[in-house]
Amino acid sequence: MAKSFEWSNLQVFRRAPLPRSYTDYFGRKLFLFLLTLQGLGAFSLITLGVIVRKFNVADSVMGPRIRREIHRAGISLLPMFGFTALALGFLVIGQTLSVLAEVGATQYLGSTMVIVIVRELGPLLTAVLVLARVGTANVIELGTARAQGEVETLEALGIDPVHYLVMPRVIGMTLGIFSLTIYLIIGALASGYLWAFLQNLPLTPAVYFSQLADSLTWLDFAMLGLKSLAFGFFIGIVACYHGLAQPLRIEDVSRVTVRAVTQGIIVCVLVDAVFIMAYLV
Amino acid sequence: MSENSPAPVIELSDVDIATMQDPTSLTFSEVNWSVLPGEFWALTGQELSGKTDFLLLTAGLMPPMEGSCKLFGVETRTFSEAELPMRLRVGYVYEGGPLFNSLTIAENVALPLRYQKNLSIETVATQVAKLVELFELEPFADLMPVNVPAAWRYRVALARALILKPEVLLLDNPLAGMVAKHRQWMVQFLDQLWQGHEWFDGRPITLVVATDDLHPWQNNRRKFALLEDQKFIPLGHWKDVETTTHPTVKELLTTSAPVFYPKI
Repeated sequence: MAKSFEWSNLQVFRRAPLPRSYTDYFGRKLFLFLLTLQGLGAFSLITLGVIVRKFNVADSVMGPRIRREIHRAGISLLPMFGFTALALGFLVIGQTLSVLAEVGATQYLGSTMVIVIVRELGPLLTAVLVLARVGTANVIELGTARAQGEVETLEALGIDPVHYLVMPRVIGMTLGIFSLTIYLIIGALASGYLWAFLQNLPLTPAVYFSQLADSLTWLDFAMLGLKSLAFGFFIGIVACYHGLAQPLRIEDVSRVTVRAVTQGIIVCVLVDAVFIMAYLV
Repeated sequence: MSENSPAPVIELSDVDIATMQDPTSLTFSEVNWSVLPGEFWALTGQELSGKTDFLLLTAGLMPPMEGSCKLFGVETRTFSEAELPMRLRVGYVYEGGPLFNSLTIAENVALPLRYQKNLSIETVATQVAKLVELFELEPFADLMPVNVPAAWRYRVALARALILKPEVLLLDNPLAGMVAKHRQWMVQFLDQLWQGHEWFDGRPITLVVATDDLHPWQNNRRKFALLEDQKFIPLGHWKDVETTTHPTVKELLTTSAPVFYPKI
């Protein structure tokens, strides 16, 4: 008798042995990819629903938790981002200046910085760094909590695990990545001028910053804001999904952490690709 | 409902129960059971007989595969967030008493009340201090769970469940892994809760424990049942348990440690 199709039936692909033929192998990989997308999509909708409906629920407990996560994914990373901004400005200016000065095109310095740092490297680098520093810690924390039965205990006490565990982390990472992106970009643009100045380039700050201002459009600001918020949200979702969404044993935690990092980067690249469309169209 | 026949607090009729890991695999079929207010049930069975799944279903934390499971007359299958205050009238403590490892013992105990009533840590301090004292947890109050001996963790988990003042308490293997001193304390404390404890202003509560060990619960007013081969088998009172010819019960009685048990 034909059974109705259910997504959960596809879970069998996770356990199936590796097929021998290449087509089967890629077919299975594709199924797994779609399953993960489905899981992440459902988990993001659940989390969004909880954030909207329960933002103010139990705020005397949740307020400090949210503040702690913002501190962890934002404020406490500022020193590292200060260093990264300094290095990023140096790298980009160092590489481009040697080429631009040769052809006498230093008036394009501002637009190069905007294209490279504001549009691409700033948001992506921030997302990857926060994923590495805070995302991994979140997967391990949540995975350990899950493996030790804390999630079931929360449910028995009438506490929604998505509200208690996921919401603060997703909010913390979203706001953290959004703010750190801005600081990183400001820092990198400023340090870019510093390195150009140290290389005796005849460029006054006024000229450099007017170059920057001319290259920036309203679209850059809108895209930057939306993109960094999307990066933060999805990295938070990927980290929490892998830590919480399925029953774990303690020895699974390292495996899901690696998987979360890989998928976090893939999701960022996919989101980035969507945003590039806005510039191409 | 007349005064002579109070409404059952837990009522299972023709219930099929799945496992928590796999909602399609059957562990118990056609269970009929009702628990009246003020009763103390000890559910026993061999290891892996599905006692935990049975209790999870009873607590409304897992829906039945078939049949009807009611808590205070309300079908648990239809539980949503609106019925949460009703579900919190039932306290549940997992085996081993898992604690929140990022919170101190006092914060663990305070969390349910703070979350459900949206209270600050200062507001609940008196109640937390009272529970910490009742459970003799003073030396551990400010420690993290990892620094607390395993035998004390169940006390913390029980205190955490009691802070919401539930009317029914479901305990999964409360004596697991405890030495005689702790077992004795726990059985005595649960008896006090059953009789009416000052924490509940003397109001008696209903208790259900799942246990591998029969002897510590030896008392003629408690009711016993055996969970075996997908069946719920009521055994009656202690005198019936002692005289039963059921081979599993006999085996459980011989393997159960004949420890001190308090007379009431």
